[in-house]
Amino acid sequence: MSQESTKRAIPVRKFDALIVGAGGAGLRAALQLSEAGVKTAVLSKVFPTRSHTVAAQGGVSASLGNSEPDHWTWHMYDTVKGSDWLGDQDAIEFMCREAPKVVIELEHFGMPFDRNADGTIYQRPFGGHMSNFGEKPVRRACAAADRTGHAMLHALYQRNVRANTQFFVEWMALDMIRDENGVVQGVVAMEMETSEIVIFQAKATLFATGGAGRIYSSSTNAFINTGDGLGMAARAGVPLEDMEFWQFHPTGVAGAGVLITEGVRGEGGILRNSNGERFMERYAPNAKDLASRDVVSRAMVTEINEGRGCGPNKDHVLLDITHLDPEVIMSKLPGIREISIKFAGVDPIKAPIPVVPTCHYQMGGIPTNYKGEVVMGDETVKGFYAAGECACASVHGANRLGTNSLLDLLVFGKSSGNSMIEFIKNSHESFPEVALKDVERSVARVARLDNQTTGSNVNEARLAMQRTMQAHAGVFRFKDMLAEGVAKILEVEKMVQNTVITDKSKTFNTARLEALELENLIEVAKATMISANARTESRGAHVRDDAIDSPEQPNGRDDKNWLKHSLWFSSDNRLEYKPVNLTPLTVDSVALKTRSY
Amino acid sequence: MDEVEFKRIVWRSRRGLLELDLQLERFVSDVLPTLSESELAVYEQVLMLPDWDFLEYVNGKSVCPDTQLAVMIARISAAQQ
Repeated sequence: MSQESTKRAIPVRKFDALIVGAGGAGLRAALQLSEAGVKTAVLSKVFPTRSHTVAAQGGVSASLGNSEPDHWTWHMYDTVKGSDWLGDQDAIEFMCREAPKVVIELEHFGMPFDRNADGTIYQRPFGGHMSNFGEKPVRRACAAADRTGHAMLHALYQRNVRANTQFFVEWMALDMIRDENGVVQGVVAMEMETSEIVIFQAKATLFATGGAGRIYSSSTNAFINTGDGLGMAARAGVPLEDMEFWQFHPTGVAGAGVLITEGVRGEGGILRNSNGERFMERYAPNAKDLASRDVVSRAMVTEINEGRGCGPNKDHVLLDITHLDPEVIMSKLPGIREISIKFAGVDPIKAPIPVVPTCHYQMGGIPTNYKGEVVMGDETVKGFYAAGECACASVHGANRLGTNSLLDLLVFGKSSGNSMIEFIKNSHESFPEVALKDVERSVARVARLDNQTTGSNVNEARLAMQRTMQAHAGVFRFKDMLAEGVAKILEVEKMVQNTVITDKSKTFNTARLEALELENLIEVAKATMISANARTESRGAHVRDDAIDSPEQPNGRDDKNWLKHSLWFSSDNRLEYKPVNLTPLTVDSVALKTRSY
Repeated sequence: MDEVEFKRIVWRSRRGLLELDLQLERFVSDVLPTLSESELAVYEQVLMLPDWDFLEYVNGKSVCPDTQLAVMIARISAAQQ
């Protein structure tokens, strides 16, 4: 299509602010904008309250001190330590200071928090939350029963409806639009019902598209978590930051990703390899199956890597509770039998459950500062913002502290919204001509799928990607496997670029949507594999067999060479690095030390 | 029901919770195409449920108070067994 005909063929809708993604971060930002009177559109693949934020159960942290003394500097310390010092301390200070404000605001928006008898928000203890700089546990997590994410989405969505935010539900953003100076002008998007392609032009565009946990075979992420914002940013020349850092849980049902609680091992569950051996005795002679998460994960992956995995692909181990009294299983581990029967096809009273370390949360993402502005080099990308799991501010660094994910959504959703309001206020009233280069690339991607008649199967390409990521860049990483993984994932990319779909219809064509989602996932997969291969230390959630624990490099962490953020560029798979910001906004730096709990 | 409506229902079977995605997979591929128009209308109502309620019903932790929906939810659970 020529530039002229592209321009004629594609309708343009104009908004001051555009938000892609209607989970917690997108809704919080939209609310900030709409309540300030900014004309705001939100695009979402699914109805907002069915975003993956709904899955968050644990709570949101804030040093309200409702039950006992707490302080934001203690929360900050815990977050920096959790991040294994890879988090930027200006952003972490900002988040922890803002936390009490955004939680109280949310309460005023109608969030049904659990309460104390005196009416204040009830706070419960949570792993890693400590008082007085790591001294003893503190009650900092605010929750709405075990449905905190759900309640948050509903409160924010209803408030947005009141504020006249305009929602475009069942629309998929395909590509972002940047002009010749790199300024972001909005996105190209497709309406699922009609397959109509529309340009959403905006003065300020926010990506709040969530994580991309679906790059792994075993993931707790819902099917919608395909890293669409990350794929779009990568294709448009924006780097992805710290993508080697992913949080894993040791025991998810192999092939499904549904978690098996650690309580199963507490009740006497035993991990076994393909020889039936209780292998944890070799790795942790005392604690055995009750060793800490990282020790268990590492042992499981080592067994699989050394050929003692189970099943036809030798890609998981077994969690055995057949020796337990069925009464105990029924009474102490309710739900586990059901999960196992449903998702593994195994009754754990009679046979062991296939399990594998399972991906849960993405620490890296689109590089931003604490104002939500996307940053490249020393400059911000004009008109472009990111918040939530798709962004890297970076507050989670190399590992996220529990309950900081919901906090991240609120704080950076709001700060992005404020930055966008300022930017829009200072920009021209009229909209510039839309730059067509990115629009054409987007149209061409869809046209390829419509026209291609032979090629690779989308499902097979996705499975190849997921198996490669799980085997080569999982919870515990091996030098040779990573190097091999880089070559393999670049091969898989060729499959992804050559997918064919048989359904060419125009209405709710899920085959085409899945092919387009896969083109986003593969960007994330490459970023992860290449960044992980290059980082030759262990830090936080990135753990390698060749990064040796020594007095100079405790736990394999190499501050001399690797106290820096990775930046991966899609165009040539290049890596650049930028320093970690160790200088908070107003307080002293949290000095480097060994991370131990 | 026309094809557009049917395909819309298939898309809306993508949820915010992985457990629901997984439990609906087989139902959507095997059972959904066999449903009558009125049954599809009931399934559409099931899809309007909040994800956590839906999951509790599918897992049998509680029973959906709407009998019509409860019958459809039982079929979803059965498809997974």
